[in-house]
Amino acid sequence: MTVPFHTADLLPLFLHFVMLSLLAVGGAITTAPDMHRYLVGEQHWLTDAQFTASVALAQAAPGPNVLFVAVLGYNVAGMAGAFAAMAGIMLPSTTLALWATRWGRSRRETRGVRAFTLGLAPLTLGLLLATGWVLTEPARDSPGAMLLVGLSAVVMARTRLSPMWLVALGAAVGAAGYA
Amino acid sequence: MRQPQSCGELFRVFTLLALQGFGGVLAVAQHELVERQRWLTRDEFLEMLSVGQVLPGPNVVNISLMIGDRFFGWRGAASALAGMLAAPLVLMLALAMLYGQFADNPRVSGALRGMGAVSAGLVLAMAWKLVGSLEKNPLGLTTCLALGALTAGLVVGLRWPLVWVLAGLGPIAIGLAWWKLRP
Repeated sequence: MTVPFHTADLLPLFLHFVMLSLLAVGGAITTAPDMHRYLVGEQHWLTDAQFTASVALAQAAPGPNVLFVAVLGYNVAGMAGAFAAMAGIMLPSTTLALWATRWGRSRRETRGVRAFTLGLAPLTLGLLLATGWVLTEPARDSPGAMLLVGLSAVVMARTRLSPMWLVALGAAVGAAGYA
Repeated sequence: MRQPQSCGELFRVFTLLALQGFGGVLAVAQHELVERQRWLTRDEFLEMLSVGQVLPGPNVVNISLMIGDRFFGWRGAASALAGMLAAPLVLMLALAMLYGQFADNPRVSGALRGMGAVSAGLVLAMAWKLVGSLEKNPLGLTTCLALGALTAGLVVGLRWPLVWVLAGLGPIAIGLAWWKLRP
């Protein structure tokens, strides 16, 4: 069950995404488990199925992957939610990127910067695994859907096929009632 | 090498580029900016990518900011960012609204479940590809896998907030890498 969203909840929603923006060192998708924890587990604004459907919907449209945040926000609180979530996830990271670009370009090879990227790489791996786990939640009781998870993981890891085709296949299999 | 003539051109090129990117824009961005527009060399693109990866935020968005900033300062950065996000955002929200109308239709919700399963697979493939690059990590593959498993366990097993996990494990991992990189 979900809990109704009030206008006063827009500020905490915005602030949660502001915080996640600064933690998204491995890309926005690595913060998806925390979005799930907050939106589904703690606030009950979305169900598991709605959460995964939001991420899936974002795969069906072109553009940077970060736009799944707008769909999550939209499904929590309509247009206002979409803009609160999107502004939250974009503002800190873009400000920081502009400020740090010149600083970072000349220091890319220094020990500190290299230790930062190399040290965080295994954490990014853990967060991607966690994201994969969270997204399979609605699929776990359906053999067809789990087969789709495995198939798309193998095809993407081993071939250079555009993910667009896999998304289309998933939509077709699901619409036919097998997922 | 060519150069964008105006902020409007930056906006236009980034809009077209973003609208071609299904399931990620990075590959399209490289093709469009390096080979078609020739605003950057391949090496410059890779250098921007590695800086973009250090920063929080989506890589490809960070790259659009850097390119815009390089040609027209903050106005260029804003134009490139707007180009990257505006049209796809409108399209995405239209799709979300449409989905809202048909969410109860079993075919639509089935299609979304199928696409959700594929999304999960795509993310797991990203994880798999990352394991390949961890083989060259100075921490060593075993330590990397242990840190990765610990992160995943704390996040989905114990459901710790991400900020605790990164504040706890981040300094340890970075410190370890710093020590391993000593000259």
